[in-house]
Amino acid sequence: MKISGWSLIRLYTIFVYITMFAPIVVVIMLSFNPEEFGSFPMKGVSLRWFFRLAQNQPIITAFKTSLILGLITSVISTAIGIPAAMAFVRYDFPGKNTLNTLLLTPIMIPEVILGVALLIFLRWLQQPKSLLLLVIGHVVITLPYVLLVVQARLVGIQRVYEEAAMSLGANAFQTFKEITLPLLAPAIMAGMLFAFTISFDDVTATLFWATARTQTVPVKVLGMLRHHISPEINALGTVMVILTISTPLLAGYLSRRFARGLESAKR
Amino acid sequence: MKGKRSQPWVLLTPSLSVIFFFLVVPIGFIIVYSFWIRAATGADIPAFQLGNYKKFFVDFFYPSMLLRTLRISLECVALCVVFGYIPAYFFYQTRTKYKPLLMLLLMLPFWISYIIRTLSWINILGDSGLINYFLLASGILSDPLRLLYNEASVLMGLVQFLLPFMILNIYVSLEGIDKSLHEAARSLGCTEWQAFREVTLPLSLPGVSAGCLLVFVLTAGSYITPMILGGPGNEMIANLIFNRIIGTLDWPFGSAISVILLFLLGLIVYTYNRYLGISQIFKSLGGRTD
Repeated sequence: MKISGWSLIRLYTIFVYITMFAPIVVVIMLSFNPEEFGSFPMKGVSLRWFFRLAQNQPIITAFKTSLILGLITSVISTAIGIPAAMAFVRYDFPGKNTLNTLLLTPIMIPEVILGVALLIFLRWLQQPKSLLLLVIGHVVITLPYVLLVVQARLVGIQRVYEEAAMSLGANAFQTFKEITLPLLAPAIMAGMLFAFTISFDDVTATLFWATARTQTVPVKVLGMLRHHISPEINALGTVMVILTISTPLLAGYLSRRFARGLESAKR
Repeated sequence: MKGKRSQPWVLLTPSLSVIFFFLVVPIGFIIVYSFWIRAATGADIPAFQLGNYKKFFVDFFYPSMLLRTLRISLECVALCVVFGYIPAYFFYQTRTKYKPLLMLLLMLPFWISYIIRTLSWINILGDSGLINYFLLASGILSDPLRLLYNEASVLMGLVQFLLPFMILNIYVSLEGIDKSLHEAARSLGCTEWQAFREVTLPLSLPGVSAGCLLVFVLTAGSYITPMILGGPGNEMIANLIFNRIIGTLDWPFGSAISVILLFLLGLIVYTYNRYLGISQIFKSLGGRTD
């Protein structure tokens, strides 16, 4: 009785995950279909659409925009998110919970509203849309996630190491540089990575803020999509899936290597 | 140590200024704009009147779209609970040596581009998609089924996008349950099912409700999914906002709709936080990359 119940649970889980991933697998499969229309049946395997993609100048420009935007966003978001996370983890002060909730609210606000809000603000300031608008918007969107991830990691870092350094004669700056920063490195990395992937993936709010010259990849994909999927979109989808899955995996691997390196250096 | 007391404020200033100037102030602008008048010439005239709100509620068209958005959100929440609880329970209970690999499955959907996930359904449900290909090739049908551009396809896209949030929230709260409670129930004579129903299930409810709130809020604000997978009758409130602001450039009316949506969601989140506490949601989102 117990065994059959458990295998039902397992079967159900497998069913849910297959349904969740099947469309993605189909995108990847169809991107290798040399046929003119991106649909079944498969007529062989070719890289035709990937080569076409590599020559598609607007897509390459969009990729560059996405990368630059993602990098700037992740650096700023993490740079301002880490001090805030430290304040919440390390100090007690009046209004702490309220402020923490305030900084996390962008998660619960629909992106359409974030989009409208910044646009109206910009209109009032009489400024044109620019890359700066995208950066500001993406920082607002990614900051709460950076805060959450970094806070979760910071809780694990004990204060005694810093106190030990201080008592051994290090000043505040030396302590930060020699003790806190290396201990923080995994948190910084996780925060930046998280911010980057969210920025790279964002489409709804970005649609409000992007101009013809600052289109990101997802915005471009949306523009390419007209009633049916072209094989080129499937190829682009494959590239994006590979990129967005391999980045966190690689970063996770690197940070584990890095942590191990630190440990062995300590010995 | 005079600076000690001000130290957290120094650390918080950059984040707080960003959120204040680029979130709180702009939302204030939405509220102000929602009272303005849009002239026939297209210019926005500063005013304080409720015309935009009246326009929303006087015609049945707009409230029905709001109701539809709420209905789809509730449907999506229900589907996510149905499809999410058992997998979360599986991840919690499994004792296989491949567990780290399975944990990766929990995070993997978050890493796959949202727009690609959404439009991938066209390859499955479209006229020349996978399902219709099989139905036509096997001779069961002679004309493709219209599976796309209806509420069902919108829901499929939404569930695929939001289910990982639900599974993660439930999983995190299951993980927090002391497993010896379950064993105690078993040793006191409960069957496996009774132990689950009386111990594990009630203790996992905070995670379920956190997941429900998150899924509801994210669905109610969704724009891309109904746009790509929905037909003319499936627009949700976010599509309306986008069309008013970007399409017809009716800023005051678009602002009023935004305020209505924001007020409604704010009310829901506030009520939830008042009675159940919102920190559970943030707990699971923080662990999202692990």
